[in-house]
Amino acid sequence: MTRRNRKAKPAARAPERPAAKRAARAPTRRRPASKASEEFMARAYAMEIDAAERYGEFADQMEVHNNPEVAKLFRQLAEIEGRHAKQILEEMNWPQMPPPVYALEWRTPEPPETAPVTELHYRMRPWHALAIALRNEERAERFFAGVARSPKTPREVRKLAAEMAEEEREHQRLIREWMARLPQPAPDWSRDPDPPALGD
Amino acid sequence: MNAPDTGLAPQSFKSDIKPVWCPGCGDFSVLAAITRALAMLGLRPEEVAIVSGIGCSSRIPAYTTCYGFHGVHGRALPAATGLKIARPELTVIVAGGDGDGYSIGGNHFLHACRRNVDLTYLVMDNHVYGMTKGQPSPTTEPGWSSKLAPGGTGVREFHPLVVALASGANFIARGFSGDPNGCARLIAEAVRHPGFSFVEILSPCVTFRPDQRAWKDLVRPAPVEPTDDPARAARRLMTDDGFNLGILYKGRRAPYAPAREPRTALAELAKEFAL
Amino acid sequence: MSSPLASVSVALAGSGGAGVMTAGNMLLEALARAGYYGLMTRSSGPQIRGGESVAMVRAATFPADGPDDRFHVLVAIDWQNVVRFADEIPLGPESLIVGDPAQGEPPEHFARCGARFASVPFKAIAKAIAGGWPNMVALGLLGGLMGLAREALEAAVARASRKGGEASEANLAALRAGLAEAAKLGAAFALAAPPARTPRWLVTGNEAAGYGALAGGVRFVAAYPITPATELLEWMAPALARLGGTLVQAEDELASINMILGASYGGVPALTATSGPGLALMTEALGLGVAAEIPIVVVDVMRTGPSTGIATKTEQADLNIALYGLHGDAPHVVVAPNSLADCCAATQWAVELAEALQVPAIVLSDQYFGQARGVVERPVVRESAPRRLTAQPDGAAYRRYALTPSGVSPMAIPGTPGLAYTADGLEHNERGTPSSQPADHLAQLEKRARKLEAFDCGERWASVEGEGEIAVLTFGSPTAAAREAVVRAAADGVRARLVSVRLLSPAQPARLAQALAGVERVLVVEQNHSGQFLRYLRSVCALPREVASLRRPGPLPFRPGEIHRRLVEWSRA
Repeated sequence: MTRRNRKAKPAARAPERPAAKRAARAPTRRRPASKASEEFMARAYAMEIDAAERYGEFADQMEVHNNPEVAKLFRQLAEIEGRHAKQILEEMNWPQMPPPVYALEWRTPEPPETAPVTELHYRMRPWHALAIALRNEERAERFFAGVARSPKTPREVRKLAAEMAEEEREHQRLIREWMARLPQPAPDWSRDPDPPALGD
Repeated sequence: MNAPDTGLAPQSFKSDIKPVWCPGCGDFSVLAAITRALAMLGLRPEEVAIVSGIGCSSRIPAYTTCYGFHGVHGRALPAATGLKIARPELTVIVAGGDGDGYSIGGNHFLHACRRNVDLTYLVMDNHVYGMTKGQPSPTTEPGWSSKLAPGGTGVREFHPLVVALASGANFIARGFSGDPNGCARLIAEAVRHPGFSFVEILSPCVTFRPDQRAWKDLVRPAPVEPTDDPARAARRLMTDDGFNLGILYKGRRAPYAPAREPRTALAELAKEFAL
Repeated sequence: MSSPLASVSVALAGSGGAGVMTAGNMLLEALARAGYYGLMTRSSGPQIRGGESVAMVRAATFPADGPDDRFHVLVAIDWQNVVRFADEIPLGPESLIVGDPAQGEPPEHFARCGARFASVPFKAIAKAIAGGWPNMVALGLLGGLMGLAREALEAAVARASRKGGEASEANLAALRAGLAEAAKLGAAFALAAPPARTPRWLVTGNEAAGYGALAGGVRFVAAYPITPATELLEWMAPALARLGGTLVQAEDELASINMILGASYGGVPALTATSGPGLALMTEALGLGVAAEIPIVVVDVMRTGPSTGIATKTEQADLNIALYGLHGDAPHVVVAPNSLADCCAATQWAVELAEALQVPAIVLSDQYFGQARGVVERPVVRESAPRRLTAQPDGAAYRRYALTPSGVSPMAIPGTPGLAYTADGLEHNERGTPSSQPADHLAQLEKRARKLEAFDCGERWASVEGEGEIAVLTFGSPTAAAREAVVRAAADGVRARLVSVRLLSPAQPARLAQALAGVERVLVVEQNHSGQFLRYLRSVCALPREVASLRRPGPLPFRPGEIHRRLVEWSRA
């Protein structure tokens, strides 16, 4: 959840980010962007899209495994990330997706905000899902902070990256708040009295 | 990476069929890695066929928008061989698990390596039969206890990479599902490399082998560059502990490519029967 | 001198190095050149090299692709172990045995049959000619005994010499020496004048099947060697290459059947050939072909079973596995050639059926047809038009297994944009998505059955020859003996019709009933121990009240006499 739309992820009806701040930043994007900042925004876009897709897949998995509560939560997270991606297109005045930023071009195992598939469990609770989302935000923050810090990064990009890192921190705060409102999973949350089913 | 850009994102290679794999299964990563690799390679879904046998991981073709062939247990490689030879312009990827590939399909593995048809074979290895509920596979550790082999099989593991090298595979790599980008990179490289490319992907089974969660701390990039020298590769693989990731061998054998120029009309062939 | 014969059967035996097969082939070619029909079969000991073997050649003034009752002549270049062929070479008092005096007396068994014996010193004669071979002397002798023109024999020898680069002059000299020996004995088994010339082929059943497959459009073959199907595959290897197709040698039969499934899924008509043990290994994948609706053709050149059985000998005991060997309800096509030449047409038809119905087709050939080389009427072969119904993108969501009235659904060929699907052995819905829903299972079962039931196979389902109240029902190579038996019975005033079934599955009960209209008695002839064909017929149609089974297992082929006798006895009962 890197981008501008400060929707608090946690709540279904997340509060919008203060309009003033949003307005203040938007014009910088509408200026003819440098090539470096365009590339950076394309990368940010790829992060959003990939994160959204992964949350969508998680929602599918939870639906297949009859965990509607968590499915719904992942669906929400997917929608939020998807909106962010769309917003980048609008704000950059891109008529369509920028060229894909492929897997090869990330140093991390996946785009930084994308949740690893291995962390799921069919009996998981919403609290677990948010814990995953929190780690995603943390990775995203580290990524942007690294870009902002790097002396190789052009100045205008450093500024953008620093803003985004700041936003990721804000997201983390919101997710923590949300997690605090949810019940902690019971110690035996993963217990299943039945054995696994047979397949092909 | 500069690829002929189809403008297709990885997601274009995912179908709307929802996988039945357990949440947390490493195979989800492999699916993501395949779709990313195909996008990177600039291929279109209809130019790719994914062929599989039976098992959890063999369900993968239908989860893509590529042409798929979900055949019988252990026979993915022959089916893919027939397809690739009949239709050389297709990109043919074979996918499956350790039971499918190394046990029931073991003979085909040897011969696919030595035949060196231009295929990419991805084995999602979790050291267990998942679909039949947790029996030991050829790569299972001898001491791993299960219902079918209480106290363990006592039988040493199969070493797929060594066998692949000895049998003539032209590209040998190991990936880890916890590193989908790394896998995508390996898959793309394997597809590009001519001949039979074998990528073993450690893909933990969260249901029957929860102990495999520890794999993420055991894997490491192989501390060596790819070699084209089979003798070096052999030493490397024989001393390998199973957790070195990366391209371990890149051979130079020419792929199997039968001549296919029609030179004759059917009736010509009957002349040898004519009196 | 006896009166000219319409059919003469001779056998040429000898141990490794004697060259009896080479001579047998030359004799067959000479017969063909002289305008006769003919057939050569062979038998060998178990040794790969150096073993005893016999070439059995039948010459006739009529198309004959089965054996006669007895042999007129047995020539042995030596007697090493030749007695092992005693059952395969029935002789009678009218027969002639020729041996080399330097090789000792003929075995007791042959001496007992009452045949006349003559001595010809093959080795000594050959030795007197620089580079001469005893088998060429034997060839001359046999040709002479049959009254063959010298020119035809010489031409056959010359042609073979060109191929093999052997010393032609020496061979011709040895041939002439053999002809001189025949003259001493008199042309005791002279053939009647040859029939009018027609265009003919000299071909084995295996080669004919291979050619038919290519005519049907097969351009991919996966091959795992197995006796007696290997020659089919070996013939196809260079032939396919010349047509732009490919043959791949597989690591086993499991691989070969799955390779052809892969190739055909890719849109290229594909075939493999095997025998019983191989077919057994292939049955799982045949089920996949049924479920995923992938057309393939498997030629089963049947040999004596079960298990390794007698690998080099014929039998018709794979009918059950061909019809019923697949797991699940798996309708598929089974076709059997009813003559040696029909190996071509039947296999071509099998390809067409497989392609049109998107289903596996098994061709039940057998060792007798497969490995026999015959002079047959040249079949009229036209290349088949592509029969596969393929899908074209039309914007609609593609349903690979759409429930159509015919049961056949358009098949997308990989590479076609917008139609990608997964071919699946898992039960599936119309789209191809795996489904365990009862309704999907039933609908797909019915669709797959409907394809075969709704299909109109036309008149090719069987050959119906002759008229009469008795019908002889056959499939495969015993048809040749049955045909001759029916002709002989007619000469005895017993009218019988021959119904040789070509399309074994899907069964054609209505057509069979029509073919048997007016028939009161049916004699079912088959070459297996348990009566598989009769049991199958009873299960698919109502046979006339009086049914008799004439069955026996391999390894010996049916001979016309045993069927003829049965017909005559029955008609008098």
